[in-house]
Amino acid sequence: MKYTDTGKKDTRSGFGAGLTELGKTNKNVVALCADLTGSLKMDEFKANHPERFFQVGIAEANMIGMAAGMTIGGKIPFTGTFANFSTGRVYDQIRQSVAYSGKNVKICASHAGVTLGEDGATHQILEDIGLMKMLPGMTVINTCDYNQTKAATLAIAEHDGPVYLRFGRPKVANFTPENGTFEIGKAVMLQEGTDVTIVATGHLVWEALQAAGTLQEQGISAEVINIHTIKPLDDEAIITSAKKTGCVVTAEEHNYLGGLGESVARVLAQQHPTPQEFVATQDTFGESGTPDQLMDKYGLNANAIVKASKKVLDRK
Amino acid sequence: MADIKKLEDLVIQVRRDILRQVHRVNSGHPGGSLGCTEFFVALYNEVMDRKDGFDMDGKGEDLFFLSNGHISPVFYSVLARAGYFPVNELNTFRHIDSRLQGHPTTHEGLPGIRVASGSLGQGISVAIGAAETKKLNQDSHLIYALCGDGELQEGQNWEAIMYAAGNKVDNLIVTVDYNGQQIDGSLEQVLPLGNLKAKFEAFGWEVLEVKEGNNLEAILSTLKTAKEKTGNGKPICILMHTVMGNGVDFMMHTHAWHGKAPNDEQLEDALSQNPETLGDY
Repeated sequence: MKYTDTGKKDTRSGFGAGLTELGKTNKNVVALCADLTGSLKMDEFKANHPERFFQVGIAEANMIGMAAGMTIGGKIPFTGTFANFSTGRVYDQIRQSVAYSGKNVKICASHAGVTLGEDGATHQILEDIGLMKMLPGMTVINTCDYNQTKAATLAIAEHDGPVYLRFGRPKVANFTPENGTFEIGKAVMLQEGTDVTIVATGHLVWEALQAAGTLQEQGISAEVINIHTIKPLDDEAIITSAKKTGCVVTAEEHNYLGGLGESVARVLAQQHPTPQEFVATQDTFGESGTPDQLMDKYGLNANAIVKASKKVLDRK
Repeated sequence: MADIKKLEDLVIQVRRDILRQVHRVNSGHPGGSLGCTEFFVALYNEVMDRKDGFDMDGKGEDLFFLSNGHISPVFYSVLARAGYFPVNELNTFRHIDSRLQGHPTTHEGLPGIRVASGSLGQGISVAIGAAETKKLNQDSHLIYALCGDGELQEGQNWEAIMYAAGNKVDNLIVTVDYNGQQIDGSLEQVLPLGNLKAKFEAFGWEVLEVKEGNNLEAILSTLKTAKEKTGNGKPICILMHTVMGNGVDFMMHTHAWHGKAPNDEQLEDALSQNPETLGDY
């Protein structure tokens, strides 16, 4: 396989590294945090630029409103807290003060999905992609590893408009190129294949590559596409691949309602109806456990993708 | 020194604009709009240091944020008559394809509006953000905001009020339209705010109170004092006691006209109490 793990790292540290770099290169970047500076890896930005770092306390609604206001005068605010508190808790604030008002706010959300682990369902959100993608004008990005998260953090500062950037807590394989380019809205073809298309986002991208390896051993050629931008979705990449392979598996650490899978299904239904299977949580809350235990229990790993691929192949 | 007669003429004309806007479309919020007319007229015509024209960033000028967006009729009238957009556009209030949405928004690009409001409790946070950016930009201009009293029942306000004091956001003047009324009745009946002055003070704000919130000279004098108190490490709050529906006898001292438009006869009655001064649109 042409992708190798260069050493496990957490995606949130990729965000921290990107933010640190932005602090040096873009004087308009400001950061706001709701009492989770260490968890979000914002310490270095804070140390380097205390005047541009705003500790708002445990008050996410005010943080979102302040971020909207800070854009007036040319600042580019990056807000940081867990994904649950970045979205559901402040949905109306994001809707009115950020999205409807067209403000250039970057909502950066760590600890998304079940891989937050032991804290359990109160802190694990599996609905955030759906919440955010439904907001008109909101760009939704879910990155797969450290390098890609860093690249995405740099890229969204250059994009004019509200962005939801979703990443996670655990250390996972780091396999995309260091200092690679990140093009918002552009799918990344990781591996070409002919029998089945696997469209994955976030932590499931590495699992998709593992699944493709297993399938290869069994004589099944899988095409693996990394969708880091769920909205706007790269329709063309999905359609082109679906036409080639004739079946699709989507994989995400999110509810199957409202996530990447539904976005892909919409594109396929409109442009090229194709059998599809969903690797995602099945309309459920998470629970306490280690990330690996939870990904296994909720069917969010390479094994689950292999099974889904075989199932969808039978439906061709 | 302010030309009070000129401002009073404008107040009467703005009242007519409010009444005619809501009557034409048979919807909107005249009560709170009429209660804050003197404040808006004073702020935009005597108090704020404004540049000609409009750009979103508003560098080098004072900025205003309306949190209780439902009083859009007074905001639109005062903005139009201050030259932000043609006065006759008030005819399009709440109509389809209009820039004058029911609640103010930047979405249709109406000059003078810097954030959408209407879903309550969000404006102080936005104003604080704008105030922090002013400081980062070393722009000594001020941020003004208006919120409703009932709106202070929203919890986000208290997050914002805590932040502003804790972080010495002292280039910010927040006025509370203290009319004591909300949709379901009086504040006392619905959910009392308790001692609002003591609450703001306990959070660390400098609090001014204007008992005659519909008296231009009283408002001007209080805003002048507020301005003088900026830059001293504390955010400033003005508790402005107003009468909902002020200037139209049958709309005063009641929450009945919070979100109701007058019919033809009521409009005629209301307008006759406020004879045309600067010319209707």
